[in-house]
Parts: sequence; C-alpha cells; structure tokens
Amino acid sequence: MKKNKSIDWKNYDPNDFYDELIAAKGKPRRAATAITDYLGNLDSEEIQARQQAAELAILETGISFTIYSEGENIDRAWPFDIIPRVISLREWETIEQGLAQRLTALNMFINDIYNDQNIVKDKVIPKYVFANSKNFREQCRGFTPPLGVWAHICGSDLVRDKDGKVYVLEDNLRVPSGVSYMLENRQLTKRVFPELFDNTSILPVDDYTNQLFDMLASISPRPQDHPKIAVLTPGIFNSAYFEHSFLAQRMGAELVEGADLVVGEDDCVYMRTVEGLERVDVIYRRIDDDFLDPEEFRADSTLGVPGLMRAWRNGKVGLANAPGAGVADDKVIYAFVPDMIRYYLDEEPIIPNVPTYMCVNKQDQEYVLEHLDELVVKPANESGGYGMLVGPHSTKKQRTEFARLIKKNPRNYIAQPTLSLSVAPTLCDEGLAPRHLDLRPFVLQGVRTYVTAGGLTRVAMRKGSLVVNSSQGGGSKDTWIVDEEN
Amino acid sequence: MLSRVAERLYWMARYLERAENNARMIMAFNSLALDMPRETQLSWKSLVAVTGMEALFDQHHQKADERNCVKFLMADGYNPSSIASCIKAARENVRTTRDQIPTDAWEVINELYRYILEHIDQGVGKRARYEFLNEIVGRCQMLNGLLAGCMSHDEGYDFIRVGRNLERADMATRQIEVGALQFLDGWDGTETYGGLLWTSVLRYQSAFQMYRHNVRRKVSGPQVIRFLLQNEPFPRSVLHSLNEVASALGRLPRNEIPLRTALQAVRHTREGDVDALIRKDEGILFLENLQLEIGELHDDIAETWFPVYETA
Repeated sequence: MKKNKSIDWKNYDPNDFYDELIAAKGKPRRAATAITDYLGNLDSEEIQARQQAAELAILETGISFTIYSEGENIDRAWPFDIIPRVISLREWETIEQGLAQRLTALNMFINDIYNDQNIVKDKVIPKYVFANSKNFREQCRGFTPPLGVWAHICGSDLVRDKDGKVYVLEDNLRVPSGVSYMLENRQLTKRVFPELFDNTSILPVDDYTNQLFDMLASISPRPQDHPKIAVLTPGIFNSAYFEHSFLAQRMGAELVEGADLVVGEDDCVYMRTVEGLERVDVIYRRIDDDFLDPEEFRADSTLGVPGLMRAWRNGKVGLANAPGAGVADDKVIYAFVPDMIRYYLDEEPIIPNVPTYMCVNKQDQEYVLEHLDELVVKPANESGGYGMLVGPHSTKKQRTEFARLIKKNPRNYIAQPTLSLSVAPTLCDEGLAPRHLDLRPFVLQGVRTYVTAGGLTRVAMRKGSLVVNSSQGGGSKDTWIVDEEN
Repeated sequence: MLSRVAERLYWMARYLERAENNARMIMAFNSLALDMPRETQLSWKSLVAVTGMEALFDQHHQKADERNCVKFLMADGYNPSSIASCIKAARENVRTTRDQIPTDAWEVINELYRYILEHIDQGVGKRARYEFLNEIVGRCQMLNGLLAGCMSHDEGYDFIRVGRNLERADMATRQIEVGALQFLDGWDGTETYGGLLWTSVLRYQSAFQMYRHNVRRKVSGPQVIRFLLQNEPFPRSVLHSLNEVASALGRLPRNEIPLRTALQAVRHTREGDVDALIRKDEGILFLENLQLEIGELHDDIAETWFPVYETA
C-alpha cells in the first residue's frame, strides 16, 4: 500500500524569519535533527494521529485554562502543538546565566529602592521612574525581606529576532503563570514521541516543583521545623486556577483561598482546618498586591487576608513574591535593567533588552509619535498582551488614538521596534507551517538561583500573528534543551 | 485538612452517590415497567418523589409521563439532583480539591462528565438508556474503588465516607417510603405483580441477590423493608450506611456532637419495629423521622467542620 506523503523539509519554507528548527530550506539545525528526521519518516496521517492523541490526553487529564467571555467563565482545553521547539544546550547555558544575572540585579534594585535608593542618589535611574509607578508600594518602605529577595519567582519573556539574537522582552515579577503548562507539555510529548527520548539527550524539566518547594521552605520564619506551605489562589474563576491547583498538588502544599486564612492576635497566619486553626509559614500567593490585604490595599478585596501585611512585616510569615516586588515589573523600569546590572553587579548584561523608547523623554516621544506605524507601543503596567498597538498591523484610527494616549500620559507608555519574531514548524490546517513564538523561562531565587531547562514556548497559531497569549488564541509547544555533544 | 476542602470532599461523595443511586433506581424501574401488564400504569412520578423534587418537577411539567420524568431525573440542568447535575457538581468539587484527590480519580470523574455531555440525549431515549445508566454506575464504582485503593485513608477520606453513606442512607429511606406508600396500602393487583414490585424496590439498591442469600423466604413487603432498613451486613441498607457514617465520624477530631446524633440514628434504625411499620401511617412517620434525623446529622457535621459563610 502506498503511504501518504511524509513531511518533506525541502518544501517547508520559513521565509525570511529565523526558524528554530530549520537553518535553511531542507537543512535542519544540528540540535533539531533528531526530531526533523523522525517527523520526516511519518506520513501526514500518522502525525495527525499523534496530534489527536495529545489533544485527547489534554481533555482526559483536564489540562485547562479559564477565559472570561460573554459574561461567563469557560474552562478551555489547553492548546498544544506536538512539534517541540528545540534549543541547543550550548546556547541555553548562556541564556541561563543571563537570566540568573538579571533576577539578581532586579532583586538588588527592589531592595535598594524600598530602602536607601542609592541607585537614584548615584543618578543611574531618575526618581520619576518609580515614584509614579503603579506598583510602587509605600507600605514596603524601610523593609528588607529574608535573604533580601523580593521576587522569588520570575517569568521573563524571551524573543529571538531575525538575526537569531535572543532578547528579553519583559520580566514578570508579580504572579507569572505558565509553569504548570511547561511541565504538562513535557508529559504530553513523552506520551506522543516516546521513541525520541531514548536517543536524544533532552534536559528534564520535572524538578521545578521540588525546586519551588525548597525555595519556599527557605523563606520560612521557622526554618527548623517542617514548614507549612500554602498556595493562595483567588479561586476557581481565575484563569490560572489550574496552575494553582497543580502546583499545590505537586508540592504537597495546601491550596487556600483568602477566606481559609486568618491573622491572629500574635500576628501569625492561620488556616481554618477541621482540627481548628493551624499555623501557615510560607504563602506562595497568586493574587495581586492590590487584593492581598484589605487593611492596607484595596479595602473592598474579598480575595485577600486582613492583617497579612502586618504578619509579613513582623516576620511571622514568608510571602512569595514579596508585596511590592511588582515595582520592577514595569516596562519603563525594564528599560533600565541593563544599567542595574552594571550598577549592582559590575557586569555587562548577558542577554540584551529590546531597544526601548520612553515616551516620558521628550526626544523619545517625538520619535515614537513620528514612527507609530513601525513600532510596538505598550502600556507600562499591563500584562497579557492587552492595550498594545502593533504599528505595522494598525489602522490610522488606532494610531491617532495611541498618539492621544501617549501625549496624555507619557509615563505610562513605551515603544519598541517591531521585532521579526522567530518561527518554528507548527501543525496547522494547511499542514506544517512556520508560526511565530516566544519563550518564558522561569527563574527561582532564594538561597540560590534556579532556572528551568527551557520554559514555556508560546506560539501564535494564526498565520502572521505575533500574539502568543493563550487568552487571545495562542498555543504552546514543548521546549527541548538538547545536548548535542551527547 | 482545610475546612473548605473537607466540605468539598463531603459534597463530592454525596453527589456521586446520588447520581449512582438515581441511575440504579431508573434502571430497576425501567426493567419493571417492561414486565408490567399493559393495563397497569406505573407511575414514573414516584421516582421523582423519591428524590424529593416533586415541587420543582411540577413547576416545569404538566404531564408526568415517562419521557418528562426520565429527562428530569437524568438530564435536566435545572434539577440539582439530576444525574447530569450531580456529576457536574461532583466534578466541580473535585476540580477545586484536585490537590487532595489522586490524579487518576480526577481523570475518571472528568471523563465521566465528558461522557455524560456526549451521551445524555441518547441516554434519555428508551433504546440506549440501560447501557448509559449502566456506564454511569460502573464509572461511579470505579471511582469509589480508586479512592478506596489509591487515596490515603486519612481525614479527607473519612469525609468522603461520611458523605457517601449519609446520602445512601437518606436515599434508601426515601425508596422504602415511596415503596411503602405505593404498595402497602392495599395493593389490589395479583400476588405476582406485588412480588415484582417489591423486587424492584430491592433492585433500586441492587439488593435483590443479597436479599435472596439472606432471606430464605418469598419476596414480601415486611421482609423487604426489614432487609433494606436493618440488614447489618448489606452495604446499601440504612443500618449499614449509618454504621459507616458513625465509624468515619469516630475517626475525626472534635466529633462529639455529630457522633452523638449518628449513634442515635443508628439506634433508632436498629430498634424500628418492622411489624408495626407495615401499617402504613406508622411506617411513613418512622421513615420521615429517620430522614429528619439524617438531615440533622448533616447540619451537625456542617456546623462542626465546614466553613462559616458570612452572608452579606
């Protein structure tokens, strides 16, 4: 019987983009040869069958995310493309160092601005940069958390431009999500392509939850005992609820909601259990600062715990990330991270920033307004890809609107050149086609620093689209760090 | 264990048990309906009465025919006790306690939920009904097996046991009551069909075979009531279920009040005088008191261990 046509890499054309798997038409990159050879031996039906098997597994195991739409919360199956994205170990080692360097500097920065503000006194960063930041918390002034670490968990978004160079696009220091999907994606790939794991050295990712547990335990106020760790979730309606539950389960931590916790007269945090009140040592909180403690932040918050800030400042509970850490999760402050690295560490940044124009600078603003059709304009504090203008894909009306917004509130906007995001072969209706992607590795900092092997690759499933957010139709891929020497 | 988690596990178990009980009951009634002579009209509505949802049914339906009743008991989303609603609620409770439940068990309930979404329409129809209900019962059993075999038998598991058995006891009393209402009051049909009817009441609780093993007499009203109410070894009898509740409660902390209520219900069940019960009014009164006691037991459990919800 004649086989259906298999994938012919000679017909796959990434156009002008940098492709993560293919160096040039018909020429796979070295680290990717195992997967490209393997796929080359499958016919299109076999590949479809594997994709379907993965999708069925997603439904059966209930890997989902929640979106809010038409007044309702809907539990959606996680979108996953079976073809992995591959990065060579050699390249990764450099990226890993760069990420660790970056988070170290960011933590020193946060601690500095809540205390002495030396970086301002030494005129490396102007005061206005954080004085007006939405995420600067007056309540944290003069405080240093254990180990001097504020951002214990960071998800930095990396992109690769046309020339193959990797840039940091942003640092998520508030409540970065996605790590559970990184772990689930690997489980799925192991189910779909078990043969490949026998013959290729792919770095495992499974250790993350152990590392997370150890890091959280390291900030316990009672380090000698078995610390009681809780994951604080806003609840089932949050888009990342699946992840909160997943992480609690993997760490053997309690998954709690605000109403489960209470701060006692002794400033300790307790959870309501069937035995009565039980003390909690460390809280991995997955709710924003604003909702954390109605006594100090938004009084109308029903998600938080009254008195939690008091408990934290008195050293009775560890909070990760620390309240106020989000001050560095701001696209204006982002522009200064390379300067921070030089200032605090006396090192050159290993991974560059994307060049950033700050609308608050007169000169930059003029340039931005003149080149709106070429640039990407982003609000300083939003996440999830909302409120952005992608110049080359925008209408005249949108550009006029953004010009108005920028002039009205220049501090709130930055602009960056539109990068030509790299692509990777992705299964689409039309068969195998190049789609744009980014990468979110996760970095943990406690006593020591840990970087995930790879991270969560997010892919824009629509042709030509640069929007990778799952809330806006993005998909995901497993990320392989491959040791070519082995 | 968090109070909120305890509450969700308890309800998960109750909903699952309710779904399974409903499925068993509809299967048994269905098979009985096929056996009855054409001129004898069986009341499908009596099944609705067992679930205590008659008022809700009447709001939505004028006609209590087979289709309306079956759809109400199996599929209707507005009926919180329909099989579909129960499985949905059970899944939601597991989804919010996934960190406590073995992953395999979550996958079974998740698949069960998806199975119902896909097959409920055929399930309501006559032809595929048996197969559908059988699948529900089978998967519920699988889930109970997974929990018994793969989950630590700690506090969480005790709350599951309490929920499951309390629901089972409650359901059994209702089935006996409706059976009694229907048949005790001078069934004027022939002996043959009387036997069939009581057999079907046994089958609601899948008790027929075990009854045969234990009671070596013909199937008669008093014997069936005695068996379903007081047979200690049979796992679906009221007495056995309440014993299970008491045993699980006994392992929980701060259990004085609920345990006292549970042991009282056990005693009342054991001491029930079946020969007196067979007189209709006394029987109904006894069973209704038992149901009230079961309701009280639930309230005690909630007050002792579950979170307090402040009403705004």
